[in-house]
Amino acid sequence: MSVATESSSPGGSPDTARLLATVDPARRRTDRTMQVLIYIAFALAMIPLIWLIWTVVAQGADRISIDFLTQSMRNIFGGDPRGGIYHAIAGTVIITLLATVISVPIGILTAIYLVEYGKGWLARSVTFFVDVMTGIPSIVAGLFAFSLFALIFGPSVRIGIMGAVALSVLMIPVVVRSCEEMLKLVPNELREASYALGVPKWLTIVKVVLRTSVAGLTTGVLLAVARVVGETAPLLVTVGVTDSINFNPFEGRMMTLPVFAYRQYSQGNAPCPGGDSATCVADIASQNAWGAALVLIAMVLALNLIGRLITRWFAPKLG
Amino acid sequence: MAQRIDTKDLNIYYSSFLAVEAVNMTIEPKSVTALIGPSGCGKSTFLRTLNRMHEVIPGARVEGHVEMDGVDLYGPNVDPVAVRKNVGMVFQRPNPFPTMSIRDNVLAGVKLNNKRISKSDADDLVESSLHGANLWNEVKDRLDRPGSGLSGGQQQRLCIARAIAIKPQVLLMDEPCSALDPISTIAIEDLIGELKNDYTIVIVTHNMQQAARVSDRTGFFNIAGTGKPGKLIEMDDTATIFSSPAEKATEDYVSGRFG
Repeated sequence: MSVATESSSPGGSPDTARLLATVDPARRRTDRTMQVLIYIAFALAMIPLIWLIWTVVAQGADRISIDFLTQSMRNIFGGDPRGGIYHAIAGTVIITLLATVISVPIGILTAIYLVEYGKGWLARSVTFFVDVMTGIPSIVAGLFAFSLFALIFGPSVRIGIMGAVALSVLMIPVVVRSCEEMLKLVPNELREASYALGVPKWLTIVKVVLRTSVAGLTTGVLLAVARVVGETAPLLVTVGVTDSINFNPFEGRMMTLPVFAYRQYSQGNAPCPGGDSATCVADIASQNAWGAALVLIAMVLALNLIGRLITRWFAPKLG
Repeated sequence: MAQRIDTKDLNIYYSSFLAVEAVNMTIEPKSVTALIGPSGCGKSTFLRTLNRMHEVIPGARVEGHVEMDGVDLYGPNVDPVAVRKNVGMVFQRPNPFPTMSIRDNVLAGVKLNNKRISKSDADDLVESSLHGANLWNEVKDRLDRPGSGLSGGQQQRLCIARAIAIKPQVLLMDEPCSALDPISTIAIEDLIGELKNDYTIVIVTHNMQQAARVSDRTGFFNIAGTGKPGKLIEMDDTATIFSSPAEKATEDYVSGRFG
């Protein structure tokens, strides 16, 4: 071996070196150009995101305080800088939770039907309608829930569950779609392995298919929650607005974070005779809106982080 | 433990396509039966009808009878789930459950069926099944590690352990060594030799040396052409098939003149 290395010229055979060298400057140029373009595209995509988060944090961070997070807007008028968004946080959490409780079983069961059982025209039409539902404008979902409940309780009804139903209409197709994709990713070999052990189909679905895909299902559900948690229009028409805390989704109006931000922002400046003081801040409504927006973004971010963690905990392990 | 299987005029369909035609075969208890033949001739399809795994595929169906000790597996009172509990199967590619540990993979047949089992019984079952699959010494110190972390040959033996843990009457193997290296293949072949003391084994293989090494009887499947149904050409003692088969096609195939 050492003889062979000594006998060859230093730097290797020139013929072989020429064969292996890059002799195509055009390809090198294309490679560079594409690389630069892709980095620019990435930067362009990041600019609005960073900018948005920066703006919300810059405008909203000052308003965040313990009082802001733990008090409602009851009996707060004009430029009064007291009060907070506790009632809106409670409303958003309760209504979103209810919507999740409605949508997740329906969505996952539909996805299971489509992947494990569905064939023929019924499955095709379910897929078609799920696709159509994905594109429904959120205000239409809100009006649907409103007219549904108005038929039963009269036209002046505004309760939390109506909002949850409206959000479910938006959420179910997202859950179905993402869960369907996740269930399709489960290798058929695992189903067959389970059948071959004498495990009935339903137990195979529950203990093999769902267990294997639980990480993906969780991510899909959380993304669907993140999708609806910021909905404004359907909640405005179904849940209404209030300044007070209401924990009961089956009675009375509720406030939610997006609706709160919208309402505050549309109020404009408060008249403060004698300029800003400890009891009157002219742009307090705008500050409230930004604060609520920041809290909302933080909630979505937290949901995504939880999703990441769950994915890590439940993902199939190797080695 | 082991039982004989007879198939009578078995036609196997995928929707309207006749994949395998008129198979009459007797599989002796406590023996190894090898099925050989060129690709696409219906060996695996036939094998999957023996534990009713064939019908898992949409549109797949059979005509005729598969009898285990005289009981038709396709009879009206037969539950396919119960059939699969008694006729275990090992697949071509090792397919341990990725979310389960080695121990849980062996216990999968028990745990997935929501059956209760005491910890000591479970330990005994895991140990005996892994011993049965010649895997115990390699994994006894890491039973709680994921099954997918094992090598391919170990995974396949884990799948065999999983299959024998449900104590089947018959064990079907669909090209169990085709994804494995020669050393793992020898390990599995040795294992087949031991398992036939307790089980009836049917193995599909593309490797004729393997069929000659491990089996007592061999069935040769062939296909007349693309789109035509596969047929059982000949079935006899393995020694006869590989030395003096009755059919010309069998002789051509086993001597390597075609296929």
